[in-house]
Amino acid sequence: MNIENVINELGLQVFAGADKTGRQVKGAYVSDLLSDVMGKAREGELWITMQTHKNIIAVASLKDLSAILIVNGGRPEEETIVAAEREGVILLGTGDRSFSTCGKLYKMMERDALV
Amino acid sequence: MRWFRADLHIHTVLSPCGGLDMSPINIIHQAARKKLDIIAISDHNSTRHCRITQQIGEKYGISVIAGAELNTKEEIHCLAFFEDIEKADLFQQIIDQNLVSIPNKPEIFGYQLMVDEEENIIGEETRLLVSSLQMGIDELSLCVNQLGGLFVPAHINRLHNGIYSQLGFMPSGLMADALEITPRPGYEDFLKEHPETAGFCLITNSDAHTLNQIGETLTEFYIERPDFNEIRQALRNENDRKVRT
Repeated sequence: MNIENVINELGLQVFAGADKTGRQVKGAYVSDLLSDVMGKAREGELWITMQTHKNIIAVASLKDLSAILIVNGGRPEEETIVAAEREGVILLGTGDRSFSTCGKLYKMMERDALV
Repeated sequence: MRWFRADLHIHTVLSPCGGLDMSPINIIHQAARKKLDIIAISDHNSTRHCRITQQIGEKYGISVIAGAELNTKEEIHCLAFFEDIEKADLFQQIIDQNLVSIPNKPEIFGYQLMVDEEENIIGEETRLLVSSLQMGIDELSLCVNQLGGLFVPAHINRLHNGIYSQLGFMPSGLMADALEITPRPGYEDFLKEHPETAGFCLITNSDAHTLNQIGETLTEFYIERPDFNEIRQALRNENDRKVRT
């Protein structure tokens, strides 16, 4: 399963990294505390959050996450989008809430035996 | 110039978590007992108790800085201080436009009361003040800066509502005039683990929610007079002004 599949199935908006969506998704992590994500998220995971500050890009880059998905219709700051393009981080968005986003994603991952 | 004793993080009864005896008059009396020269009123997302406390402070020779403890979109607590009450009033309009409006439930969160000098209740804030503003930390710091205010991320070493817990690390280019550190066990290690904090002036305050906490932790300023502009110079280490914690 790659990011492209997730974008299509969940109908996501792409804020940055549109040319990198062939990347594989190895799992997902949900948290809005960046210190927690730095400690717990694993390489290749898709990160679901409502944080939009530019620091999320550095965290995704540091942990080599496959993408960031901003929920609740949150719009990233311009600086965040610029940082994402510069760092090659895929930045996605949805109007859905975390719970339904996770539910849909979990089903997709079950199908692909990722969970 | 001499050293002035300051506690720049004090909540009043307007903060839901502030004790009911945290009236402006009681705070000033306690500040006088603790031999503080300067205090700042920093209620959650409100400056509405600054004016009355300043007025009382004048009578007792306590310099009161108008401030607030703001909660950003990322849920980072940040202190803001303003030169005069007019600037604080302008900033209050920005708070009013940006506070996520959730009705307070006093039985759960506590009362948010405004009182006069004689402790008569003259108003109640009905929106929950501990909710967050719809402004990120960068936008908020810019806004405080544009009003000539001072911007200080609060209790940066706390495990919740601090800049490190919420954002993982210090954002590059943050416009902060100082950082507030809580002198709890391990804070020296915390500063060593985050060497970028050495680039900022550090202050310590009580974050008092009860009268007995006022002045228990403080910062001293080596300044000419106990006012906002002198404090600003001390935070910048200008004109021989300095800070010690």
